[in-house]
Amino acid sequence: MFMKRHVLSMREFSRDEIDSVLDLAASLEPYARGRKSDMMAGKILALLFFEPSTRTRMSFETAMNRLGGSVINLGPAEGSSISKGESLADTVRVIGGYADALVIRHPKEGSARLASQFSPVPVLNAGDGAGHHPTQTLLDLYTIKKESHLENLSIALVGDLKYGRTVHSLAYALSLFGADITLVSPASLRMPDPIKADLSSKGTRVRETCDLGEVINNVDVLYMTRIQRERFPDPVEYKKVASSYRITPEFLAGARENLIVMHPLPRVDEIAPSVDETPHARYFQQSFYGVPVRMALLKMLIGNGA
Amino acid sequence: MIEIKDEPKGLRVKPINNGTVIDHIAGGQALNVLKILGIAGTTDATVSVVMNVESRKLCKKDIVKVEDRELLEREVNRIALIAPAASINIIRDGKVMEKRTVDLPDEIVGVVRCQNPNCISNTLEPIKSRMLVKTKNPVLLRCLYCEQPLTDRIAEYLI
Repeated sequence: MFMKRHVLSMREFSRDEIDSVLDLAASLEPYARGRKSDMMAGKILALLFFEPSTRTRMSFETAMNRLGGSVINLGPAEGSSISKGESLADTVRVIGGYADALVIRHPKEGSARLASQFSPVPVLNAGDGAGHHPTQTLLDLYTIKKESHLENLSIALVGDLKYGRTVHSLAYALSLFGADITLVSPASLRMPDPIKADLSSKGTRVRETCDLGEVINNVDVLYMTRIQRERFPDPVEYKKVASSYRITPEFLAGARENLIVMHPLPRVDEIAPSVDETPHARYFQQSFYGVPVRMALLKMLIGNGA
Repeated sequence: MIEIKDEPKGLRVKPINNGTVIDHIAGGQALNVLKILGIAGTTDATVSVVMNVESRKLCKKDIVKVEDRELLEREVNRIALIAPAASINIIRDGKVMEKRTVDLPDEIVGVVRCQNPNCISNTLEPIKSRMLVKTKNPVLLRCLYCEQPLTDRIAEYLI
C-alpha cells in the first residue's frame, strides 16, 4: 500500500511500500519503452532544478511525456525569480499553483522537506545536497530486482562511500531486504560510522575492506561509484586510489557468471569501456529503469485513481 | 513547604519571595540556561546567577533565580537540553509552591540551530529550526530538515 503525499527520503519507505513501487514500475515498463498512454493526460509536472542534472531531469520528463502528461521547467536559476532573491518557500508556493506535482533538486540539505511544507502539491526529492535521492535508490532496487534478485543478495558497494548520497540511501534500503553488504573503499572514503551503525542495528551483515579483489568473486552485484578527484589533496594519491578501483573485463574474469555491474553514472575511469560488452554490464539498463520507476511514483502520487 | 536542600542559604544570594529558582544546573551552564529562557543581554527582570557551587547531586552546580516570573512548562522543558538534571522551584511568598523536574518534548522548535552549515534551515527561508528529540539522556537531537544529529555541543548551537 502506498499512501504517501511526498517522496523525500528512503527512510520513510517501508518494505511493503518499496515493493508496491517496484511492482507498479514493472507494469509500466511497456509504456517507458514507447507504448502509447494517456494516464497522465491533463496533468502537469514542474521541474525545479537548482543544480545541473541530466539523467534525473530527463527521465522525469520522459516518464511524464510518455504517460501523456506535460512538463514545465524552472530553467536555469539565473534570470528567474530566484536570482532576485525569492525564497524557496515562495517559489514552491507559486509553482505549486501551476502544477500537479513538483520535482526538486537543490544544493542545500533538507530543501525538499522544506518544499513539502510549503507546496500545495506533492513534492519529489531529486537530490538535496549531500542528503537524499530516493528516486535513484528506487531505480537501483528495481534494477537489482529485474537483473539479479533482492532476496539473499550479496552486494559490494564500491568507491566513495563517505560522501556518496546514493550509496547511503541504497545501503539503508537494502537493509530492509536483509542483504549481505560489503563496503569497498579507500580508508579516507569509508562509510560514516553512524550509517554503518544504523545498518547493523537492523541486523544487516556489513563488512568493510579496501581490497576490491578480495570480494569480486563472491558477490551478485557490484555497485560502482565515482571517486572524485577533489576529495584528494594529493594528485598522486588520487591516481593510485582511482586505479585500484578500476574494473576491466580481465578483472571480472573470476566473477560469478551472473554478476551484474551497476553504476549511477556518469562514470569516469572506474569502469573500462570494454566492460560494456561483457554480460555483466547493467548500468545503461539501470539508467533506463529510471523511467518506469519515476512513472510509478508519479502515478501513485498524482495519477487518477492510483 | 518544600525545602531546597542544596541552597547555600545566606551565603551568596538571598532567597527570593516570588519567582522561579532553577537548581541543579550542571556547573558552568547557567548562562546557557538564561539564553534558553530568552534572558540575555538587556532585561528588566531581577535575575541572580550562582555558578560552580558545590553540590551533593552534581560535583559543581549552577543556580539561577528569576524574580517575579513563573516559568511555563514549555520553557522549563527546553532547559533539559543542556541541564537534564535541573529542578525547577516555583516560589510564592517565600515558599516553594511547586517543584518540577525537566522533561524534553519530542520536538524542539526555534531553540537549537542545526550544526550542518549546508542545511536549508540555516538560510534565510521563512522557517524555524526543528529538532526531533531521539534520546533524552544523553540528549540526541536530529534536524527535521537535513537529519544531521546533534548531541554533545548543543549549547554552542542555541539560537
